Amino acid sequence: MLDQIVFYFFAALAVISAVLVVTRRNIVQSAIFLITALLATAGIFLQLHAEFLFIVQVILYAGGIMVLFVFVIMLINLDVSLHQVQFNRQWWLGLVLALALGAQLTVAIAVGRSGLPLGEPAPATMLEPSTELVGKVLFSEYMLPFEIASILLLVAMIGAVVMAKKKV
Amino acid sequence: MIPTSHYLFLSLGLFTVGVIGVVTRRNVIIILMSIELMLNAVNINLVAFSRLVGSAEGHVFAIFIITDAAAEAAVGLGIIIAFFRNRETLLGDEMDLLKW
Repeated sequence: MLDQIVFYFFAALAVISAVLVVTRRNIVQSAIFLITALLATAGIFLQLHAEFLFIVQVILYAGGIMVLFVFVIMLINLDVSLHQVQFNRQWWLGLVLALALGAQLTVAIAVGRSGLPLGEPAPATMLEPSTELVGKVLFSEYMLPFEIASILLLVAMIGAVVMAKKKV
Repeated sequence: MIPTSHYLFLSLGLFTVGVIGVVTRRNVIIILMSIELMLNAVNINLVAFSRLVGSAEGHVFAIFIITDAAAEAAVGLGIIIAFFRNRETLLGDEMDLLKW
């Protein structure tokens, strides 16, 4: 019962703030609602017994990435963009196509639900020391992808510095 | 007990909202934020399936996706700053230097 209350609360919070991110005129308000959506997702991770991902989501996503966003919003001129048209000329076409994609995926899940073994999840104790299990998998089977990810981060860091330099 | 399909529907909803943001908004920063929303929706899917089968591999893939999101945000915002310095605009449909 408590499980369900927690899940539906965070799910509603995530969807509502996601819609607000997309529809707000002011970029700062969008950023704040994006933080809410990311924190609600963190709550769903916790409800799914993914404690390590919960902490990573809060620190890295809601902390690090959003600080980056807010910093860039501070650096650029805000007043001009407030008085511009917010949606592009073909917004209705994009909206229809996106909703069609959503409907298609809904039908796919609704139809495939009976075929997939989506029934009773494995007992929560199987993921018990979550951080330890993630560490074991990450540093044994996924060692090479882990190293590649570190190279990716290095490249992204250099790229960001080069992009933001005074003279490109 | 919440069935896994409910997580799939939640993830689907968030993903669709992200797609709508990407295809309808003009502001590039909002487009980047919508991409973050879509990546986040995928993470919910991965963690829900990880819980279903009782293995930690979905968590590992979610961590990789978060790493990618961080890299993408850093480079994307760097491009936005460079673009804003040159063209004094934030609108995606005015980024047409390759069009003629």
